[in-house]
Amino acid sequence: MGYHEPVTDWATDFDHTDEVWAADPYPIWDGLRRTCPMAHSARYGGVWLPTRHDDVAAIAYDTERFTSRSVVVTEFRPPLMLAPEGIAPPITSDPPFHKEARRLLLGVFSPQAVDKLEPSTRAYCEELVDKVQGRDVVDAAQEYAQHIPVRVIADMLGLPESDADVFRGFVNHVLEGVALPLEERAPGIAALFGYLQGHIEDHVAHPTDDLITHLLNSELDGQMLDPFHVVRTIGLLLLAGIDTTWSAIGASLWHLAGNPGDRERLVAEPELLPVAMEELLRAYAPVTMARLVKQDMDWNGCPMKAEEWVLLPFPSANRDPAAFGQADQVVIDREPNRHAAFGLGVHRCAGSHLARMELRVALEVWLAAFPVFHLADPEAVRWSGGQVRGPRTLPLKIGS
Amino acid sequence: MKVHVDEERCQGHGRCYATAPEVFAPDEVGNGHELGDGVVAPELEDKARLAVANCPEQAITIEETS
Repeated sequence: MGYHEPVTDWATDFDHTDEVWAADPYPIWDGLRRTCPMAHSARYGGVWLPTRHDDVAAIAYDTERFTSRSVVVTEFRPPLMLAPEGIAPPITSDPPFHKEARRLLLGVFSPQAVDKLEPSTRAYCEELVDKVQGRDVVDAAQEYAQHIPVRVIADMLGLPESDADVFRGFVNHVLEGVALPLEERAPGIAALFGYLQGHIEDHVAHPTDDLITHLLNSELDGQMLDPFHVVRTIGLLLLAGIDTTWSAIGASLWHLAGNPGDRERLVAEPELLPVAMEELLRAYAPVTMARLVKQDMDWNGCPMKAEEWVLLPFPSANRDPAAFGQADQVVIDREPNRHAAFGLGVHRCAGSHLARMELRVALEVWLAAFPVFHLADPEAVRWSGGQVRGPRTLPLKIGS
Repeated sequence: MKVHVDEERCQGHGRCYATAPEVFAPDEVGNGHELGDGVVAPELEDKARLAVANCPEQAITIEETS
């Protein structure tokens, strides 16, 4: 962030890495939805920004005219020769290849598989709250939320937990450095894949029962999965599994810290948590995806050019009054709630069942340990910008 | 009433079987399907309707049988 010129006009020159967007994007999207629901910016070689639920959904469903070859808006477009896998299969793959590559992961992330990870996730959350018990102020983003998905995904993949700081460094560099020129980003991306390559070679030599070994033993179209595909999928799981869930846990705690009525209700009615959690996911959905336009076309009156980006801000879709009543309010017992926090269509977040389990357990353990908590310093809260938004600094006063 | 999950539209969000586990269940990759022939017991109808309304892909249809 800070690499680009500040934005002065959100309808014609927006930048999703701008600090104003990071701090509070909702008024920007609400304004655009009313006045310019398909905004365009010349930055990053051209970006479209739909803000209405139905437009976000229509583009997410249209895999014929929009490609997932890259899903992170930067100055760089990955070469077409990487197809059908793309940089990080299956998220960067299009149908029909996408379906087979995704199938390799879905069983591992099924609700039944995720249930087995709940006890260890709970024990780890309890360990984290035990560490900060007795303190006056805790940074819930850095000392709690951040650690949970790192530990869970490291366990699943079979990577050493002691490398947690290493993963977080990669993730920050790759996801939060999107506004930087490629030459500044390339060394970090190379370091991530170099690190993973080492672990994959180690798994080839010493197979175990973890996810890396599972992928190395998987077949795609009757062939053993190429280790190069494995390394890119593992890169995806690290990148997609950490910042996102960290953001969802942090944003939920931020909401509850600032809204004592909702916090008190969840403490009094813990059975409401699964419903409340869906509302927190709707209102603070962390992830905005992206697509590339395949060919020049007129899309509902918008002159789209080949290789332009389209952002898919699911959090804006979730705040569209045409799709949700009281869209701008958190209604903690909202039902029904068909929010799109995990995307729509064939690229629905493959880790959504895992993310939901982590979010539920993280909130249960936190609320049991700290039934009363407040924002220690609202001005000190810092949010990440770009395509994964959540609190990165969240000082909470625990105890009354 | 009778419910049916369209397997082409279902993307495995899991909202149906989380909301109404008496009516829907996940397959081995997390996609939802109705249990049995999809006929919903009268006392579960409200829950089933909520599950249908929670589906982000609007993949579930309701057939009123009576």
